[in-house]
Amino acid sequence: MQPTFDYSAVDDILSLYGKKESNIIAILQDVQERYHYLPREVFPYLSGALGVSEARLYSVATFYENFSLEAKGRFVIRVCDGTACHVRKSIPILERLRKELGLSEANKTTADRGFTVETVSCLGACGLAPVITVNDQVYPAMTPDKASELITALRAQLAAESEGASA
Amino acid sequence: MNKLCNRDELTALRHACAGALQLETKRILVCAGTGCVSSGSMKIFERLKTLLEGKNIPVSVELVHEPHGESVGLKECGCHGFCEMGPLVRIEPQGWLYTKTRLEDCEEIVERTILGGERIERLMFQKDGAVYPKQDEIPFYQKQTRVVLEHCGQIDATSIREYLGFGGYSAFETALFDRTPDDIIDEITKSNLRGRGGGGFPAGRKWAQVRRQTEPVKYVVCNGDEGDPGAFMDRSVMEGDPHRMLEGMMIAGLACGAAEGYIYVRAEYPLAVKRLRRAIAQAEELGLLGEHILGTDFNFMLHIARGAGAFVCGEGSALTASIEGKRGMPRVKPPRTVEHGLFDKPTVLNNVETFANVPLIINRGADWYRSIGPENSPGTKAFALTGNIVNTGLIEVPMGTTLREVIFDIGGGVRDGKAFKAVQIGGPSGGCLTSEDLDLPLDFDSLKKAGAMIGSGGLVVMDEDTCMVEVARFFMHFTQNESCGKCVPCREGTKRMLAILERIVEGKGEEGDIELLLELADTITATALCGLGKSAASPVVSTIRSFRDEYEAHIREKRCPAGSCQKLKRIWIDPALCKGCSKCAKSCPVNAISGQIKQPFSIDLSKCIRCESCISTCAFHAIREG
Repeated sequence: MQPTFDYSAVDDILSLYGKKESNIIAILQDVQERYHYLPREVFPYLSGALGVSEARLYSVATFYENFSLEAKGRFVIRVCDGTACHVRKSIPILERLRKELGLSEANKTTADRGFTVETVSCLGACGLAPVITVNDQVYPAMTPDKASELITALRAQLAAESEGASA
Repeated sequence: MNKLCNRDELTALRHACAGALQLETKRILVCAGTGCVSSGSMKIFERLKTLLEGKNIPVSVELVHEPHGESVGLKECGCHGFCEMGPLVRIEPQGWLYTKTRLEDCEEIVERTILGGERIERLMFQKDGAVYPKQDEIPFYQKQTRVVLEHCGQIDATSIREYLGFGGYSAFETALFDRTPDDIIDEITKSNLRGRGGGGFPAGRKWAQVRRQTEPVKYVVCNGDEGDPGAFMDRSVMEGDPHRMLEGMMIAGLACGAAEGYIYVRAEYPLAVKRLRRAIAQAEELGLLGEHILGTDFNFMLHIARGAGAFVCGEGSALTASIEGKRGMPRVKPPRTVEHGLFDKPTVLNNVETFANVPLIINRGADWYRSIGPENSPGTKAFALTGNIVNTGLIEVPMGTTLREVIFDIGGGVRDGKAFKAVQIGGPSGGCLTSEDLDLPLDFDSLKKAGAMIGSGGLVVMDEDTCMVEVARFFMHFTQNESCGKCVPCREGTKRMLAILERIVEGKGEEGDIELLLELADTITATALCGLGKSAASPVVSTIRSFRDEYEAHIREKRCPAGSCQKLKRIWIDPALCKGCSKCAKSCPVNAISGQIKQPFSIDLSKCIRCESCISTCAFHAIREG
């Protein structure tokens, strides 16, 4: 049986913004920040609280690139493929990351929920192209080899964390 | 801090802040823009602070205006623009710029520069054997005219007091007490300030249209959804001098009769959101935002709306829909935003850079403003210089500066000694300009004539190794992905164009593809609902115009002249170098390589998948691509 969903975090967010329809995007953004994605349980609850249809909420959640209805990995790696990064060869970096993690364009998150690899159209850090971000931390002037090294380091961190959690 | 209740209190605080700045006899300005932060500038900031405090040197990380003695100001400032050389540290009063600063250099900076007053040449910008100690003398800065960005890199980006100390909010003060709304609009109209977001619509006319509306509730909206890939001018203003933009919006509110404003910032700019939030909180604390501002009847509140990753939200009606919590889809116009904008009310919608120009015009006058740049496009323009260029970064030049000056004098030319091929201006809505266009002045009208647009100001330089068909495919992929899907021409048309371009770069192009692309481009441009669709085909049309031969080489000869299209790459074995060891044949996953031992091997191109795994196995470097 699924454990019951704890809505207290959602309530906090609702009380911060007020139950206004115009705040749907801000509310969904905070929900996503809290859970790293938009859990489906949240939609009927928000629909009731805001007095709008679930379809209305889904229309927003599916329109904007930043919202995800699927759980993401512990490390969300975003490869910038803006023009500046693209002409400074960002695609080989993306390909290396996908190869290292066994991911593809369709399959963005590893089975163990350790990593998510996605592209972003521009981070505005073009001076440091090509860049990638890991959970919003910017890594400048990347190369495929540096990407491999980074994955090794992040894997070690992941292992240390799970060891810490089980100890 | 207490709220300021009247004009005198504001003036007094400004004087106190200016006085306090005088006491910071030495200043270290550490760049805290996104670029330098990711190269570690905040660690440098902390180290400098620890070192200074350890030596009992009075250090002020925030400007305080209460009486105190002299100190060393250590500040987090906005983007200096020279991102390529970051992390950047500016030393005042000398005006020295230390580049590529490392944590290990901090001790020396404190010892030699702050205590000893000496310069550390090793950290200074050097080119062709010459050392450039002063920031203003570096070629990158010499040809620039920094007025909108004058504070970026020069003042603490997180302090309203520092902004006040540099004369901040004096334009708002003048507008509030000495001018009528009509005076303000007249001044802006006279200055001929044109929208910096790309359209170039005269700001004064827009403001006057909003002012004329009889509806009592009006809004001021700032478009900070800088979505063009390769552009970061607005980000730098929001991060580096947020109060200037706020001041511009407040003046707009005053002129148009709006009491509320929204700043729409894209989600990819977390630092800008943080700085703006802080700036708004500081302005509220001082009573510069809120009700009865400085004891007058003017009320003005500002809110931040964060984008959620949709390029189309840079379009006016999509942006206002997004602030209202809806899908960001454009609507049919008219009615225009000035009549029915945000929440269906009359709305002034300008971009970040446009608002940042406003305080300058009020302070120095329309005549001064018109003295910069050509008559029809006065003022300066900030550009983000990126791609295959030596000096990447943020620059500001008078309108009308030529591309050649920007790319070669300021940008230092193409990287790695490669030849210049093209520059993409205006992002996915703009066009490619070639070496023939290098003497074109950068202003709204000249670029339009050349089939490009100034756009928001992204300049992406491409070298000889860049395939222009692939560039067109890249932009079409972007636009197709960002098409909101509301109107058929854009939704279906961009998809068709992308499919054709993908075919061409894969070597499956057919005779007639170029004509089909141009026909689709015509139709989409003529019939799409919004600017995104109308300009979606521009990169394709402009690359076909200037590089038709490249398209033809892909289609007819299945060859990529720039050698960059993966699927058209040919991998071959140089018979003069091959020893016939068979190692490559064993590594080939599709058995495309065959031959007799001790005889040169060969690759069957119909089987080869260009995985390049053979290349690394060859001990004799006999396998080449091209």
